[in-house]
Amino acid sequence: MNLQDLGLHFTDVSLEGYKFECQLISGEVEVLQVVIEGFEEIPIYISATDMQILCIAYLWSEDEVKAESKAEMLEVMMDMNIPMPLSSFSKVQGRYVVFGALSVNSRFEDVVHEVVTLGENSVESISIMSEFLK
Amino acid sequence: MGVLSKIFTAIRGGAREAGEAVVDANAVRIFEQEIVDSKNHIKKAKDSLTTVMAEKMQAARKLDAIKNDIAENENYAIKAMDKGDETLALEVAEKIASLEVELSEQQQVHDNCASHIEKLKSMIQSAERQISENQRQLNIVKTTESVHKATSAINDNFMSSGSQIVNAKESLERIQKRQQMREDKLKAAQELKSEEYDQPLQDKLKEAGIMASDSTSANDVLERLKAKK
Repeated sequence: MNLQDLGLHFTDVSLEGYKFECQLISGEVEVLQVVIEGFEEIPIYISATDMQILCIAYLWSEDEVKAESKAEMLEVMMDMNIPMPLSSFSKVQGRYVVFGALSVNSRFEDVVHEVVTLGENSVESISIMSEFLK
Repeated sequence: MGVLSKIFTAIRGGAREAGEAVVDANAVRIFEQEIVDSKNHIKKAKDSLTTVMAEKMQAARKLDAIKNDIAENENYAIKAMDKGDETLALEVAEKIASLEVELSEQQQVHDNCASHIEKLKSMIQSAERQISENQRQLNIVKTTESVHKATSAINDNFMSSGSQIVNAKESLERIQKRQQMREDKLKAAQELKSEEYDQPLQDKLKEAGIMASDSTSANDVLERLKAKK
């Protein structure tokens, strides 16, 4: 999966009623940042290995969690993992995330669908969990 | 120990950055080497398998030939006995005896081939299982490493762009505010449209003099000026 091509695809079209803005972040591993129109504060980050495409959205950091309700928050996250379509909760370097993994052989439409779903899930997750956040 | 349990141990040991703690530079190389080795084993085993299967077929053909030979000679022996030629019958019987020795030798060869084939097949199976297991482990290592590096790239990009990480609740508020605004706009646009929709009726009402007209005609102006005089 070539992330540059993917980025061009994204900016080229309006899909599922959304428009996208992409930026390729270079580093040891290339990352494509996709900003969904309307969800500018929560960009989706896409990276790829030989086997899978990983789409990640960052939700909140550890220090945004109210210490006294952390256990309850984690419980809710576990309970929500399956009902939440296509995405799962996880934690990367001290930050809570939602992510979705796709096969590298996925079609472009599948990646778009994943990204849009991830954006919607992120907003909804923060909304549901905001009582646990500072 | 699998990679996943190493990650688990590292996390329990307080290493929050699982990627760094677990993925040593050699892990990927070792798994890849093991996969190459297993593939070589499979290739060799498959080569041997072809040879042994050919040998088994050859042995089976020989077995059939010897069995035919024995049956034929048994016929000869019976015919010799029928003719009362005991000496000839004995000679044939000796031949049969030696054929039977050959038969059991060939049966041995055949059976050995068959068990060798079974062994090779189970060897190939376990090597294939080994490969898929190694590939799974390799995938864990690569994904962990990739996520770690990707996160670093994202963080660096964040720092260099000068933007600060926004609090999740604030982000949500902004997104919701924008959504509300979009909905309001949509509503306003719809109201505007429905007003336009009413226009023909209003025109008719004005024409009929029921509704006050908002445009003034030259006659109206003259009337007004005369009244002022």
